[in-house]
Amino acid sequence: MSDPGANPRPAVPRTLGADADAAYVRFDNVQKSYDGVTLVVKSLNLDIAKGEFLTMLGPSGSGKTTCLMMLAGFEPATHGEIFLNGRPINNVAPHKRGIGMVFQNYALFPHMSVEENLLFPLEVRRMPRDEARRRVGKALEMVELPGFGGRRPAQLSGGQQQRVAVARALVFEPDLVLMDEPLGALDKQLREQMQYEIKHIHESLGVTVVYVTHDQSEALTMSDRIAVFDDGVIQQLSTPDELYERPQNSFVAHFIGENNTLHGTVADIRNGECRVAIDGCGEEVSALAVNVERVNGRTTLSLRPERVEIAPPGTDGFNTLEGRVEELIYLGDHIRTRLTVAGHDDFIVKVPNTHAHRRLKIGEAATIAWLTEDCRALDPIAS
Amino acid sequence: MAATSIDMSTTATGELLTADGRPLKESLQRSLRRRKLTALALVAPAVVFLFVLFGMPVIYLMTWSVDDTQVNNALPRTFAAYQQWDGEELPSEPLYEAMFKDVAEASGIQIGRASTRMNYAKSKWKSLMKKTKRQVKALLGTDPDFAGPYKEALIGIDKRWEDISFWHSLGIMKDPYTLGYYLNSFDLQYGFGKEVVQQPENRRIYKTLWMRTLMISVIVTLACLALGYPVAHLLATLPLRYSNLLMICVLMPFWTSLLVRIVAWMIMLQQEGVINDTLVWLRLVGDESRWQMMYNFTGTIIVMTQILLPFMILPVYSVMKGISPAYMKAAQNLGAPPAIAFLRVYVPQSLPGVGAGVILVFIVAIGYFITPELVGGKDGQMIGNYIAYHLKSSLNWGLASAMGVILLTAILILYWVYDRVVGIDNMKMG
Ligand SMILES: Nc1ncnc2c1ncn2[C@@H]1O[C@H](COP(=O)(O)OP(=O)(O)OP(=O)(O)O)[C@@H](O)[C@H]1O
Ligand SMILES: [Mg+2]
Repeated sequence: MSDPGANPRPAVPRTLGADADAAYVRFDNVQKSYDGVTLVVKSLNLDIAKGEFLTMLGPSGSGKTTCLMMLAGFEPATHGEIFLNGRPINNVAPHKRGIGMVFQNYALFPHMSVEENLLFPLEVRRMPRDEARRRVGKALEMVELPGFGGRRPAQLSGGQQQRVAVARALVFEPDLVLMDEPLGALDKQLREQMQYEIKHIHESLGVTVVYVTHDQSEALTMSDRIAVFDDGVIQQLSTPDELYERPQNSFVAHFIGENNTLHGTVADIRNGECRVAIDGCGEEVSALAVNVERVNGRTTLSLRPERVEIAPPGTDGFNTLEGRVEELIYLGDHIRTRLTVAGHDDFIVKVPNTHAHRRLKIGEAATIAWLTEDCRALDPIAS
Repeated sequence: MAATSIDMSTTATGELLTADGRPLKESLQRSLRRRKLTALALVAPAVVFLFVLFGMPVIYLMTWSVDDTQVNNALPRTFAAYQQWDGEELPSEPLYEAMFKDVAEASGIQIGRASTRMNYAKSKWKSLMKKTKRQVKALLGTDPDFAGPYKEALIGIDKRWEDISFWHSLGIMKDPYTLGYYLNSFDLQYGFGKEVVQQPENRRIYKTLWMRTLMISVIVTLACLALGYPVAHLLATLPLRYSNLLMICVLMPFWTSLLVRIVAWMIMLQQEGVINDTLVWLRLVGDESRWQMMYNFTGTIIVMTQILLPFMILPVYSVMKGISPAYMKAAQNLGAPPAIAFLRVYVPQSLPGVGAGVILVFIVAIGYFITPELVGGKDGQMIGNYIAYHLKSSLNWGLASAMGVILLTAILILYWVYDRVVGIDNMKMG
């Protein structure tokens, strides 16, 4: 069900040549095992276009860092080939790949000043001293740290270290930069600021960025495309809006954003839509047949809380189910309403705080309603 | 800026008070004092222990190295009368009288000690004093009322009392304190006029010895570094399974008696030993030209290197253990080939451990004496062997103490230099 090859690949934004051969980075059926027993990365196929900002998003242990390490050359692929700019790089040493990288804990050399850290990649490339210094100055300006060149990394705050790490990964002007949870150690406010800055640098330099995170809002705000990893497999590779609005399977629907689930059995599939009999109340509703295999198969329906309405009975064109209000949380612009629907008490509806909506009371019966196109029938998960 | 403004507001408002009206400073000090006392009580036993077993011996050592009171105590009249002598020609009757009476009154043990010391200033003193003591005792035995002439009597006992150089040499010993032992440690001595002169040719051994000690320590330290650095690196980077095994191998020497290890080396290195036998068997070396690897300089170096190796490996290892592998990856990612990455990123970060290891090995090596004693032969002896010799055999404690103090000073200077160059705070022992 979750073979990435089977998923329709969305068009890549800002691609120079959209055909697959123009991919700047290509994972071709790559597998990786550390212990010879389990596959940490399972047949990975991934094309990354030049200039793209691609994010690998997934829970801990899903193989994101492993993919970056293979790309950077620190871990050999057990099977398959990685191409960079059309050239296979499996046998190219890490220092010859010319890929910039921001490590999870920055890995700034503690015995060197900030300036020496930035000079390092230029010195090993035997760049003339003057030119190197000029570039370092420029890089420090880019990350808004001019005048910090003489400091040791230990004398910088977390955010400043992170910026130095970004500057160091970019100072030798690589075409590809890898970032492994670069903002993981920062507090929320700083993280948001740095997200903006990294995005800004990406746009102004036009480098290709492969970014790893397990923070979904970070992925959604920064990326051109997001590859959602789970268990060594890309579950879905899409643009952020696609990912949120049209998840291909239950894992993605659950992992990205808030999600209501209803469990049921497929009664009928027709024209890309299906009828599903909901467990616990016996009613049938319509949904988009996204990831259902056959009639009488089990399925999980996915509904975003903001796409469900509390409606008076008998609304036309809507699917409806009866529920009971369990909890109301006042959030100013909307009221977060928790209901019991079809025997589960965790159904969330965001009710806009407008005049048109009447006030609900706890314990009151309510009808929930949604459009068929907002309800996706996905692969079954245990209820 | 903020700090100064707070300071000013405190001074402007005068003393701050706590809730119960006591001045804040006083309360703070009171609470700190209790904590300090607790801390003091906790470290007191260790401090006392250290003082008794380390501090006091060092103080004694320093005293002995300059102490010159044995002769003064034994011959008080002589040194009083000595002030009047102009030193131009043989002393007159009063000085002889003083000497005679001192010898007559001093106990045999006192004369023994004093004469040992006098012998360092001029040889033959010891036999002269012993003979004189014996004869004076005999003379007073037959004639208890003997009252001179003393000069004649002493010269009668031994012709050497007529030799003015013996009288001159007393001048070196007239003060209760002397730097003579320090001079001796460097093949120098006081001339009769307290001027510094070279020791006689046949007594000059210490300068060579110091140089050799220094050389052995430097070579052993470098050898330990060369052998220990890669081992420490392996220890720090190998998977746990293998590194544990390696660690046991490194620590094994600590669990084996020093003597057993040295004997093992003897079996390996001697001319009829395992290594020579193997070389002969391989026909790399002729049977008649077996290598001399034991009882010389080489033997000392080889065995000391093996014994001191863990002192290098452990501190270096403990520092390397803390170096994240991410640094090497980052360096290579930035374009440095592995060798350059190692030299420019890994090695500098391991230096605090190297510093600690070098200092540790050097300090232990410079005062070593068991190994050279057993495998050093003639040209593998170190200063430590001579300190032991003077303590145990020649009983020249003054010289032994002086050499000990010089060794201690050298180590302290080393420490100070290290602190200036690297910083003691950067040193990591583990
Ligand atoms: N050097 C290694 N040796 C053996 N197994 C490893 C090694 N590195 C990672 N693994 C295993 O591979 C799997 C994937 O690890 P990886 O580091 O790629 O996860 P990740 O997606 O980056 O997770 P996180 O978000 O926590 O960083 C994990 O199960 C991990 O235990
Ligand atoms: Mg990771």
